[in-house]
Amino acid sequence: MANQKKLAIIATKGTLDFAYPPLILATTAAALDYDVTIFWTFYGLQVVKKERDLKISPLGNPGMPMPVPMPVLVQILPGMEAMATVMMKQKMSSKGVATIDSLLEMALEADVKMIACQMTVDLFDFKHSELIDGLEFAGAARFFEIAQDADITLFI
Amino acid sequence: MADATLDAKGLNCPLPILRAKKSLKGMTDGQILAIEATDPGSAKDFESFCAQTGNKLVKASENNGVFYYEIQKNG
Repeated sequence: MANQKKLAIIATKGTLDFAYPPLILATTAAALDYDVTIFWTFYGLQVVKKERDLKISPLGNPGMPMPVPMPVLVQILPGMEAMATVMMKQKMSSKGVATIDSLLEMALEADVKMIACQMTVDLFDFKHSELIDGLEFAGAARFFEIAQDADITLFI
Repeated sequence: MADATLDAKGLNCPLPILRAKKSLKGMTDGQILAIEATDPGSAKDFESFCAQTGNKLVKASENNGVFYYEIQKNG
């Protein structure tokens, strides 16, 4: 499509809550016939690992609703992160929010292009085989090639 | 009378839009897709979806928290 709009996203975060925005926006844009590319870099690479274990942390996240008010010192106790993660996943499932697994699957199905930052892959000693299939491995110059004619560019 | 139906009840953003897109893909121009959803955000979302994709929102209504839409493909 000659006049197809383009969206380019840089996704840099690897927590459960921050895995959602790039995938929701990418799949929605794909449904609106955009040509979409996500550049996964730094902690964003956690989202495209084959064995994902994305968590949410109440620490440093003062806006996060907790079932009971909790002092910061309690939030650092072992198990609190796991509890917050389980709680959030239950809440999401009860509200009909898609899982990260299914959003990722839908994004790939809708031909959303995904690029993994080779520099951060090296930095964290990831093997290409640890990441999902279908990724392109490239650097910042490749991102600019895509972003220079994108209609919308987001940094998440 | 709708040519196809989509039950998107209980699903939240962006799933109703993604499922609608998928359903429309298998339909021919002029056919009508009827959708039921419970996501209150879907009202504006389906308007925007149709405005951007060339499909036509021919009907939008709500009854007891269930939103009903009819979209005509490339209408």
